[in-house]
Amino acid sequence: MKEWPLWEVFIRSQHGLAHKHVGSLHAPDAEMAINNARDVYTRRNEGLSIWVVPASEVSASSPADKEALFEPANNKIYRHPTFFPVPEEVKHM
Amino acid sequence: MYAQMVDTGVKRVQGLDEMSAEERAFQERIDAGIKIEAKDWMPEGYRRTLIRQISQHAHSEIVGQLPEGNWVTRAPSLKRKAILLAKIQDEAGHGLYLYSAAETLGVTRDQVYADLLSGKVKYSSIFNYPTTNWADIGTVGWLVDGAAIMNQIPLCRCSYGPYSRAMVRVCKEESFHQRQGYDLVMTMARGTPEQKQMAQDALNRWWWPALMMFGPPDSDSVHSAQSMQWKIKILSNDELRQKFVDQTVPQAEYLGLTVPDPELKWNEDTGHYDFGEIDWEEFRQVVAGNGPCNRDRLRTRVKAWDDGAWFRDALLAHAEKKSERQVAAAKAA
Repeated sequence: MKEWPLWEVFIRSQHGLAHKHVGSLHAPDAEMAINNARDVYTRRNEGLSIWVVPASEVSASSPADKEALFEPANNKIYRHPTFFPVPEEVKHM
Repeated sequence: MYAQMVDTGVKRVQGLDEMSAEERAFQERIDAGIKIEAKDWMPEGYRRTLIRQISQHAHSEIVGQLPEGNWVTRAPSLKRKAILLAKIQDEAGHGLYLYSAAETLGVTRDQVYADLLSGKVKYSSIFNYPTTNWADIGTVGWLVDGAAIMNQIPLCRCSYGPYSRAMVRVCKEESFHQRQGYDLVMTMARGTPEQKQMAQDALNRWWWPALMMFGPPDSDSVHSAQSMQWKIKILSNDELRQKFVDQTVPQAEYLGLTVPDPELKWNEDTGHYDFGEIDWEEFRQVVAGNGPCNRDRLRTRVKAWDDGAWFRDALLAHAEKKSERQVAAAKAA
Protein backbone atom coordinates (compact mmCIF):
# COMPACT_ATOMS: atom_id res chain seq x y z
CA MET A 1 0.00 0.00 0.00
CA LYS A 2 1.41 3.38 -1.01
CA GLU A 3 1.37 6.04 1.69
CA TRP A 4 -0.04 9.52 1.17
CA PRO A 5 2.75 12.10 0.99
CA LEU A 6 3.40 14.65 3.72
CA TRP A 7 2.59 18.36 3.13
CA GLU A 8 3.78 21.41 5.01
CA VAL A 9 1.00 23.91 5.67
CA PHE A 10 1.32 27.71 5.71
CA ILE A 11 -1.52 30.01 6.74
CA ARG A 12 -2.00 33.74 6.21
CA SER A 13 -3.74 34.69 9.42
CA GLN A 14 -4.57 38.31 8.59
CA HIS A 15 -4.69 40.61 5.59
CA GLY A 16 -1.26 41.98 4.86
CA LEU A 17 0.71 39.38 6.83
CA ALA A 18 2.94 36.75 5.28
CA HIS A 19 1.99 33.06 5.32
CA LYS A 20 3.39 31.33 8.37
CA HIS A 21 4.17 27.67 8.88
CA VAL A 22 1.59 26.07 11.15
CA GLY A 23 2.21 22.33 10.80
CA SER A 24 1.89 19.42 8.40
CA LEU A 25 -0.55 16.79 7.24
CA HIS A 26 -0.93 13.87 4.83
CA ALA A 27 -2.95 14.06 1.62
CA PRO A 28 -2.92 12.32 -1.78
CA ASP A 29 -2.54 15.58 -3.74
CA ALA A 30 -2.30 19.37 -3.34
CA GLU A 31 -6.02 19.97 -3.67
CA MET A 32 -6.82 17.48 -0.93
CA ALA A 33 -4.00 18.90 1.16
CA ILE A 34 -5.64 22.33 1.03
CA ASN A 35 -9.02 20.83 1.94
CA ASN A 36 -7.50 18.96 4.84
CA ALA A 37 -5.55 22.01 5.98
CA ARG A 38 -8.79 23.96 6.03
CA ASP A 39 -10.28 21.31 8.32
CA VAL A 40 -7.27 20.84 10.55
CA TYR A 41 -5.73 24.28 10.85
CA THR A 42 -8.48 26.88 10.35
CA ARG A 43 -11.39 25.59 12.41
CA ARG A 44 -11.36 28.72 14.56
CA ASN A 45 -11.03 31.31 11.84
CA GLU A 46 -7.25 31.29 11.94
CA GLY A 47 -6.77 31.89 8.25
CA LEU A 48 -7.47 33.86 5.10
CA SER A 49 -5.26 31.90 2.76
CA ILE A 50 -3.54 28.51 2.71
CA TRP A 51 -0.33 27.35 1.06
CA VAL A 52 0.69 23.71 0.97
CA VAL A 53 4.13 22.50 -0.07
CA PRO A 54 5.26 18.87 -0.40
CA ALA A 55 7.45 18.24 2.65
CA SER A 56 9.93 16.44 0.38
CA GLU A 57 10.46 19.73 -1.51
CA VAL A 58 11.65 21.61 1.58
CA SER A 59 15.41 21.93 1.80
CA ALA A 60 16.61 22.80 5.28
CA SER A 61 19.86 23.87 6.90
CA SER A 62 21.42 21.26 9.13
CA PRO A 63 21.16 21.83 12.91
CA ALA A 64 24.82 20.88 13.13
CA ASP A 65 25.69 23.93 11.01
CA LYS A 66 24.00 26.33 13.39
CA GLU A 67 27.19 27.86 14.66
CA ALA A 68 28.86 28.21 11.28
CA LEU A 69 25.77 29.81 9.82
CA PHE A 70 24.62 32.17 12.53
CA GLU A 71 27.51 32.82 14.87
CA PRO A 72 29.22 35.31 12.50
CA ALA A 73 26.29 37.72 12.95
CA ASN A 74 26.85 37.87 16.72
CA ASN A 75 29.88 40.11 16.66
CA LYS A 76 28.48 42.48 14.04
CA ILE A 77 26.54 44.56 16.50
CA TYR A 78 26.96 47.63 14.29
CA ARG A 79 24.25 46.19 12.04
CA HIS A 80 21.75 47.34 14.68
CA PRO A 81 20.69 50.98 14.72
CA THR A 82 21.07 51.12 18.50
CA PHE A 83 24.83 50.76 18.07
CA PHE A 84 24.85 54.46 17.12
CA PRO A 85 23.67 56.74 19.91
CA VAL A 86 21.44 59.57 18.72
CA PRO A 87 21.81 62.83 20.66
CA GLU A 88 18.79 63.86 22.73
CA GLU A 89 18.43 67.04 20.70
CA VAL A 90 18.03 65.11 17.45
CA LYS A 91 14.59 63.59 17.39
CA HIS A 92 13.15 61.15 14.88
CA MET A 93 16.00 59.08 13.64
CA MET B 1 12.11 59.23 -4.86
CA TYR B 2 13.64 55.74 -5.06
CA ALA B 3 11.00 55.42 -7.72
CA GLN B 4 10.59 58.79 -9.43
CA MET B 5 7.85 59.79 -11.85
CA VAL B 6 6.26 56.37 -12.28
CA ASP B 7 4.02 56.24 -15.35
CA THR B 8 0.63 54.66 -14.64
CA GLY B 9 -0.41 54.59 -18.30
CA VAL B 10 -3.69 56.40 -17.58
CA LYS B 11 -4.92 59.68 -19.02
CA ARG B 12 -7.41 60.32 -16.26
CA VAL B 13 -8.43 58.70 -12.99
CA GLN B 14 -11.74 56.83 -13.20
CA GLY B 15 -14.50 57.24 -10.65
CA LEU B 16 -16.12 54.17 -9.07
CA ASP B 17 -19.22 54.59 -11.29
CA GLU B 18 -17.15 54.35 -14.48
CA MET B 19 -15.48 51.07 -13.52
CA SER B 20 -16.37 47.51 -14.48
CA ALA B 21 -17.75 45.35 -11.68
CA GLU B 22 -14.35 43.70 -11.23
CA GLU B 23 -12.50 47.01 -11.10
CA ARG B 24 -14.99 48.45 -8.65
CA ALA B 25 -14.68 45.47 -6.32
CA PHE B 26 -10.91 45.83 -6.54
CA GLN B 27 -11.02 49.55 -5.74
CA GLU B 28 -13.43 49.05 -2.87
CA ARG B 29 -11.10 46.49 -1.41
CA ILE B 30 -8.23 48.97 -1.57
CA ASP B 31 -10.41 51.70 -0.06
CA ALA B 32 -11.25 49.34 2.79
CA GLY B 33 -7.53 48.89 3.47
CA ILE B 34 -7.46 45.22 2.46
CA LYS B 35 -4.18 44.16 0.87
CA ILE B 36 -3.99 42.82 -2.66
CA GLU B 37 -2.03 39.59 -2.91
CA ALA B 38 -0.15 38.04 -5.82
CA LYS B 39 -2.87 35.64 -6.94
CA ASP B 40 -5.77 38.10 -6.60
CA TRP B 41 -7.37 39.65 -9.66
CA MET B 42 -5.96 43.11 -10.40
CA PRO B 43 -6.35 45.61 -13.26
CA GLU B 44 -3.56 45.43 -15.83
CA GLY B 45 -2.67 49.08 -15.14
CA TYR B 46 -2.15 48.37 -11.46
CA ARG B 47 0.05 45.39 -12.25
CA ARG B 48 2.14 47.25 -14.84
CA THR B 49 2.55 50.35 -12.69
CA LEU B 50 3.64 48.29 -9.71
CA ILE B 51 6.18 46.40 -11.83
CA ARG B 52 7.59 49.77 -12.96
CA GLN B 53 7.65 51.21 -9.47
CA ILE B 54 9.06 48.18 -7.67
CA SER B 55 11.70 47.48 -10.31
CA GLN B 56 12.80 51.13 -10.30
CA HIS B 57 13.01 50.89 -6.54
CA ALA B 58 15.03 47.66 -6.77
CA HIS B 59 17.41 49.12 -9.37
CA SER B 60 18.01 52.08 -7.05
CA GLU B 61 19.10 49.75 -4.27
CA ILE B 62 21.51 47.96 -6.59
CA VAL B 63 23.00 51.05 -8.26
CA GLY B 64 23.03 52.74 -4.84
CA GLN B 65 25.83 50.40 -3.83
CA LEU B 66 28.21 52.03 -6.30
CA PRO B 67 28.76 55.49 -4.75
CA GLU B 68 29.48 53.80 -1.42
CA GLY B 69 31.61 51.05 -2.89
CA ASN B 70 33.95 53.82 -3.96
CA TRP B 71 35.11 54.19 -0.34
CA VAL B 72 35.36 50.61 0.94
CA THR B 73 39.11 50.37 0.39
CA ARG B 74 39.65 53.91 1.67
CA ALA B 75 37.61 53.88 4.88
CA PRO B 76 39.71 55.51 7.62
CA SER B 77 39.37 52.67 10.17
CA LEU B 78 38.52 48.99 10.28
CA LYS B 79 35.36 49.82 12.23
CA ARG B 80 34.10 52.23 9.59
CA LYS B 81 35.02 49.80 6.84
CA ALA B 82 33.05 46.96 8.49
CA ILE B 83 30.05 49.28 8.93
CA LEU B 84 30.23 50.44 5.32
CA LEU B 85 30.47 46.86 4.06
CA ALA B 86 27.48 45.87 6.19
CA LYS B 87 25.47 48.74 4.75
CA ILE B 88 26.36 47.91 1.15
CA GLN B 89 25.49 44.28 1.83
CA ASP B 90 22.08 45.40 3.11
CA GLU B 91 21.47 47.36 -0.10
CA ALA B 92 22.01 44.23 -2.16
CA GLY B 93 19.53 42.46 0.09
CA HIS B 94 16.99 45.26 -0.35
CA GLY B 95 17.34 44.93 -4.11
CA LEU B 96 16.67 41.22 -3.75
CA TYR B 97 13.53 41.66 -1.60
CA LEU B 98 12.20 44.13 -4.15
CA TYR B 99 13.00 42.06 -7.25
CA SER B 100 11.23 39.15 -5.52
CA ALA B 101 8.18 41.34 -4.87
CA ALA B 102 8.20 42.36 -8.57
CA GLU B 103 8.42 38.70 -9.59
CA THR B 104 5.12 37.95 -7.83
CA LEU B 105 3.53 40.17 -10.51
CA GLY B 106 4.49 37.88 -13.38
CA VAL B 107 7.87 39.14 -14.57
CA THR B 108 11.24 37.53 -13.98
CA ARG B 109 14.18 39.19 -12.30
CA ASP B 110 16.35 38.79 -15.38
CA GLN B 111 13.69 40.55 -17.48
CA VAL B 112 13.45 43.61 -15.27
CA TYR B 113 17.21 43.66 -14.76
CA ALA B 114 17.73 43.69 -18.53
CA ASP B 115 15.61 46.86 -18.62
CA LEU B 116 18.00 48.52 -16.17
CA LEU B 117 21.04 47.51 -18.18
CA SER B 118 19.54 48.74 -21.46
CA GLY B 119 18.68 52.08 -19.85
CA LYS B 120 14.97 51.56 -20.45
CA VAL B 121 14.07 51.72 -16.76
CA LYS B 122 15.66 54.32 -14.49
CA TYR B 123 16.96 54.24 -10.96
CA SER B 124 16.87 57.17 -8.54
CA SER B 125 18.58 60.33 -9.81
CA ILE B 126 20.57 60.64 -6.59
CA PHE B 127 22.97 57.83 -7.45
CA ASN B 128 24.33 59.74 -10.43
CA TYR B 129 26.31 62.02 -8.13
CA PRO B 130 29.89 61.18 -7.12
CA THR B 131 31.18 60.55 -3.59
CA THR B 132 34.31 62.68 -3.60
CA ASN B 133 35.23 62.93 0.08
CA TRP B 134 34.91 60.57 3.06
CA ALA B 135 32.25 62.76 4.67
CA ASP B 136 30.08 61.99 1.62
CA ILE B 137 29.63 58.47 2.97
CA GLY B 138 28.16 59.82 6.20
CA THR B 139 26.10 62.39 4.34
CA VAL B 140 24.66 59.78 2.00
CA GLY B 141 23.54 57.69 4.98
CA TRP B 142 22.13 60.70 6.77
CA LEU B 143 20.38 62.45 3.85
CA VAL B 144 19.85 59.85 1.12
CA ASP B 145 18.84 57.01 3.41
CA GLY B 146 16.94 59.54 5.53
CA ALA B 147 14.94 60.58 2.46
CA ALA B 148 14.47 56.92 1.52
CA ILE B 149 13.01 56.14 4.95
CA MET B 150 10.68 59.12 4.61
CA ASN B 151 9.30 57.56 1.43
CA GLN B 152 9.40 53.93 2.50
CA ILE B 153 7.66 54.18 5.86
CA PRO B 154 4.32 55.15 4.29
CA LEU B 155 4.87 52.42 1.66
CA CYS B 156 4.75 49.82 4.45
CA ARG B 157 1.01 50.58 4.31
CA CYS B 158 0.71 50.32 0.53
CA SER B 159 -2.01 48.16 -1.01
CA TYR B 160 0.17 45.42 -2.48
CA GLY B 161 1.01 42.79 0.14
CA PRO B 162 4.40 41.54 -1.13
CA TYR B 163 5.63 45.15 -1.64
CA SER B 164 4.41 46.30 1.77
CA ARG B 165 6.05 43.37 3.53
CA ALA B 166 9.32 44.01 1.70
CA MET B 167 9.12 47.63 2.84
CA VAL B 168 8.69 46.62 6.48
CA ARG B 169 11.88 44.61 6.32
CA VAL B 170 13.75 47.32 4.43
CA CYS B 171 12.72 50.07 6.87
CA LYS B 172 13.96 48.07 9.83
CA GLU B 173 17.40 47.78 8.26
CA GLU B 174 17.43 51.29 6.85
CA SER B 175 17.39 52.81 10.31
CA PHE B 176 20.95 51.52 10.82
CA HIS B 177 21.98 53.18 7.56
CA GLN B 178 20.75 56.60 8.53
CA ARG B 179 22.17 56.46 12.02
CA GLN B 180 25.62 55.29 10.98
CA GLY B 181 25.64 58.16 8.48
CA TYR B 182 24.71 60.75 11.06
CA ASP B 183 27.24 59.28 13.48
CA LEU B 184 29.96 59.57 10.84
CA VAL B 185 29.08 63.18 9.99
CA MET B 186 28.89 64.03 13.69
CA THR B 187 32.37 62.61 14.24
CA MET B 188 33.74 64.77 11.45
CA ALA B 189 31.80 67.86 12.47
CA ARG B 190 33.38 67.57 15.92
CA GLY B 191 36.84 66.86 14.51
CA THR B 192 39.53 69.19 13.21
CA PRO B 193 38.50 72.33 11.30
CA GLU B 194 39.51 70.52 8.11
CA GLN B 195 37.24 67.57 8.94
CA LYS B 196 34.37 69.88 9.75
CA GLN B 197 34.96 71.62 6.43
CA MET B 198 34.75 68.25 4.65
CA ALA B 199 31.41 67.59 6.34
CA GLN B 200 30.16 71.02 5.25
CA ASP B 201 31.40 70.45 1.71
CA ALA B 202 29.52 67.14 1.56
CA LEU B 203 26.32 68.74 2.84
CA ASN B 204 26.70 71.54 0.27
CA ARG B 205 26.86 69.05 -2.57
CA TRP B 206 24.21 66.54 -1.38
CA TRP B 207 21.49 68.80 0.00
CA TRP B 208 19.81 69.78 -3.24
CA PRO B 209 20.12 66.41 -4.98
CA ALA B 210 18.59 64.85 -1.83
CA LEU B 211 15.58 67.19 -2.12
CA MET B 212 15.26 66.23 -5.80
CA MET B 213 14.93 62.56 -4.80
CA PHE B 214 11.26 63.16 -4.03
CA GLY B 215 10.66 64.13 -7.66
CA PRO B 216 9.01 67.23 -9.14
CA PRO B 217 5.83 68.66 -7.60
CA ASP B 218 3.10 66.18 -8.49
CA SER B 219 -0.03 67.63 -6.95
CA ASP B 220 -1.65 67.98 -10.38
CA SER B 221 -0.17 64.86 -11.95
CA VAL B 222 -2.61 62.25 -13.22
CA HIS B 223 -0.09 59.46 -12.51
CA SER B 224 0.29 60.55 -8.95
CA ALA B 225 -3.50 60.75 -8.48
CA GLN B 226 -3.91 57.27 -9.96
CA SER B 227 -1.13 55.82 -7.81
CA MET B 228 -2.71 57.38 -4.74
CA GLN B 229 -6.11 55.94 -5.61
CA TRP B 230 -4.42 52.55 -5.87
CA LYS B 231 -2.57 53.25 -2.59
CA ILE B 232 0.81 52.48 -4.05
CA LYS B 233 1.76 56.07 -3.35
CA ILE B 234 0.64 57.42 -0.01
CA LEU B 235 1.94 61.00 0.24
CA SER B 236 2.66 63.53 -2.51
CA ASN B 237 6.21 64.40 -3.48
CA ASP B 238 5.96 67.86 -1.93
CA GLU B 239 4.51 66.55 1.33
CA LEU B 240 7.37 64.08 1.67
CA ARG B 241 9.95 66.74 0.76
CA GLN B 242 8.56 69.14 3.37
CA LYS B 243 8.64 66.45 6.05
CA PHE B 244 12.22 65.71 5.12
CA VAL B 245 13.29 69.35 5.33
CA ASP B 246 11.50 69.85 8.66
CA GLN B 247 13.20 66.82 10.12
CA THR B 248 16.67 67.37 8.71
CA VAL B 249 17.33 71.07 9.28
CA PRO B 250 17.48 70.75 13.10
CA GLN B 251 19.83 67.79 12.67
CA ALA B 252 22.19 69.95 10.59
CA GLU B 253 21.96 72.76 13.14
CA TYR B 254 22.86 70.38 15.93
CA LEU B 255 26.03 69.49 14.03
CA GLY B 256 26.89 73.16 13.53
CA LEU B 257 26.61 72.74 9.76
CA THR B 258 24.90 75.18 7.42
CA VAL B 259 22.22 74.01 4.99
CA PRO B 260 23.21 75.56 1.65
CA ASP B 261 19.97 77.46 1.08
CA PRO B 262 19.91 81.20 1.83
CA GLU B 263 16.11 81.19 1.63
CA LEU B 264 15.69 78.49 4.28
CA LYS B 265 13.65 79.94 7.13
CA TRP B 266 11.35 78.67 9.88
CA ASN B 267 7.80 79.77 9.20
CA GLU B 268 5.96 80.33 12.47
CA ASP B 269 2.55 80.45 10.75
CA THR B 270 2.76 77.18 8.85
CA GLY B 271 4.88 75.37 11.40
CA HIS B 272 7.23 74.31 8.60
CA TYR B 273 10.47 75.48 7.06
CA ASP B 274 10.24 77.57 3.91
CA PHE B 275 12.97 76.70 1.47
CA GLY B 276 14.38 77.91 -1.84
CA GLU B 277 13.54 76.88 -5.39
CA ILE B 278 14.94 73.55 -6.57
CA ASP B 279 16.87 73.57 -9.85
CA TRP B 280 14.52 71.29 -11.80
CA GLU B 281 16.56 71.73 -14.95
CA GLU B 282 19.42 69.95 -13.19
CA PHE B 283 17.01 67.18 -12.17
CA ARG B 284 15.76 66.78 -15.74
CA GLN B 285 19.30 66.61 -17.03
CA VAL B 286 20.27 63.92 -14.52
CA VAL B 287 17.16 61.86 -15.26
CA ALA B 288 17.83 62.24 -19.00
CA GLY B 289 21.24 60.60 -18.50
CA ASN B 290 23.44 63.69 -18.27
CA GLY B 291 24.29 63.71 -14.57
CA PRO B 292 27.91 63.56 -13.42
CA CYS B 293 28.02 59.74 -13.17
CA ASN B 294 25.14 58.29 -15.26
CA ARG B 295 27.32 56.68 -17.91
CA ASP B 296 29.81 55.38 -15.39
CA ARG B 297 27.10 53.82 -13.19
CA LEU B 298 25.43 51.97 -16.05
CA ARG B 299 28.75 50.89 -17.54
CA THR B 300 29.73 49.43 -14.17
CA ARG B 301 26.49 47.45 -13.87
CA VAL B 302 26.69 46.16 -17.46
CA LYS B 303 30.29 45.10 -16.94
CA ALA B 304 29.42 43.30 -13.69
CA TRP B 305 26.60 41.47 -15.45
CA ASP B 306 28.76 40.48 -18.44
CA ASP B 307 31.77 39.53 -16.35
CA GLY B 308 29.56 37.39 -14.11
CA ALA B 309 28.00 35.41 -16.99
CA TRP B 310 30.53 32.55 -16.84
CA PHE B 311 29.96 32.25 -13.09
CA ARG B 312 26.18 32.10 -13.33
CA ASP B 313 26.48 29.53 -16.13
CA ALA B 314 29.01 27.47 -14.19
CA LEU B 315 26.80 27.25 -11.09
CA LEU B 316 23.85 26.15 -13.18
CA ALA B 317 25.97 23.56 -15.00
CA HIS B 318 27.23 22.27 -11.65
CA ALA B 319 23.69 21.99 -10.26
CA GLU B 320 22.55 20.11 -13.37
CA LYS B 321 25.51 17.73 -13.18
CA LYS B 322 24.81 17.05 -9.51
CA SER B 323 21.15 16.30 -10.09
CA GLU B 324 21.99 14.00 -13.05
CA ARG B 325 24.39 12.09 -10.82
CA GLN B 326 21.76 11.75 -8.12
CA VAL B 327 19.29 10.38 -10.64
CA ALA B 328 21.90 7.95 -11.97
CA ALA B 329 22.81 6.84 -8.44
CA ALA B 330 19.15 6.28 -7.58
CA LYS B 331 18.74 4.13 -10.72
CA ALA B 332 21.82 2.09 -9.92
CA ALA B 333 20.70 1.44 -6.36
